[in-house]
Amino acid sequence: MKALTTIACHECDLLYELSALPEGSVATCSRCGAVLQRHKRDSLDRTLSWTIAGLILFVVANAFPFLALKSGSLVRETTLITGVVELYKQDMQSVAVLVFLTTILFPVVQLTGMLYLLLPLKIERLPWWKPALVFRLLRSLQPWGMMEVFMIGILVSMVKLAKMAKVIPGIAIYSFAVLIIALAAAAASLDPHLVWDRLEIDR
Amino acid sequence: MEGFATALEKSLVSCHSCHLVCRATAFHGKGEMICPRCGSVLHQRKPRSLSRTWALVMAAFIFYIPANVLPITTVISLGHAQSDTIMSGVIYFILTGMWPIALIIFIASIFVPLVKLFILTFLLVSVQRKWQWRPKDRTRLYRITEVIGRWSMTDIYVVTILVALVKLGGFATIEAGPGAIFFAAVVVTTMFAAMSFDPRLIWDSLETQYE
Repeated sequence: MKALTTIACHECDLLYELSALPEGSVATCSRCGAVLQRHKRDSLDRTLSWTIAGLILFVVANAFPFLALKSGSLVRETTLITGVVELYKQDMQSVAVLVFLTTILFPVVQLTGMLYLLLPLKIERLPWWKPALVFRLLRSLQPWGMMEVFMIGILVSMVKLAKMAKVIPGIAIYSFAVLIIALAAAAASLDPHLVWDRLEIDR
Repeated sequence: MEGFATALEKSLVSCHSCHLVCRATAFHGKGEMICPRCGSVLHQRKPRSLSRTWALVMAAFIFYIPANVLPITTVISLGHAQSDTIMSGVIYFILTGMWPIALIIFIASIFVPLVKLFILTFLLVSVQRKWQWRPKDRTRLYRITEVIGRWSMTDIYVVTILVALVKLGGFATIEAGPGAIFFAAVVVTTMFAAMSFDPRLIWDSLETQYE
């Protein structure tokens, strides 16, 4: 396990010969300061558990209303998808599609994709259908999942609406809050180098 | 650590998506090279990085104008319609004393996209002019543009939520305005612009000096 691997800094292209990093340590580029590699503790287990938690929370967050507006006897509830549908009806298709992709489709693809890859790896097997392609796709989708930005959007809207009517936070808003933590923790505990190494074994 | 050799100088190429380092033999011919580990096409530098990034930055600058001039929401209440641009929303929050919200929207929607575009323009010019000035800090600036762009989506999400909630039996409705489309376009194009810029170009002009 002491074999050296050649690695090039992805931000300044400087070459390094890296030996296996001790657990919990980080290798940074001496020239530009980019993180070259990070050996994370129990990366596979932690990412897997945060991913499963994230999927459960995602279902709850989408199934229940996250905000309700009360004015007199009128109550209007909203789930995540109603806003998208409403925008679509108002001839704002492009914006509706963007919101749908960044807050619903990409996060759910990210979560199920990670589960699909990590569950077999956990029991020392390879996922059966093109694991390399799936992981590559997930890595490029990563910046487009914007749940945490959506949470700020919820907070701003609550303040904005507070003057018009009574705003009641729904169950889903709490699952949103925890979901964001789960997504961030899953992303932070993932070690892409480890996954690539494991996927390479059977080739 | 060895004496400052880059993958390019050693005829090696590192994969954009899985970072595997491969020998760049196929590049002397015309053919494409595929990463043996993840299957993506290998490039020593992101292809046509400068022209792509310039095009996207220019497009974003253009979209930025209608995004700020056109209304992003129209509130229709008792037959009376009132349109708001991003800036008038910020001013409304300042006037009503909710300055933390005003600050969030101002930073996310007006400040961040502009800063990001100016940083990318600066980086593009610096690479084309082969400046030697503080490559480490310029790389750091690039990292900032990668991280901050997504936060500009805040206003789009606020509009989505408002549109969904405020339909109180015809008493008041909120409609999204055309500004929202241009604003979404600004966010998406600046994100693609940051992705198409290759930070290694900042360092390439330094290497020629060592030769």
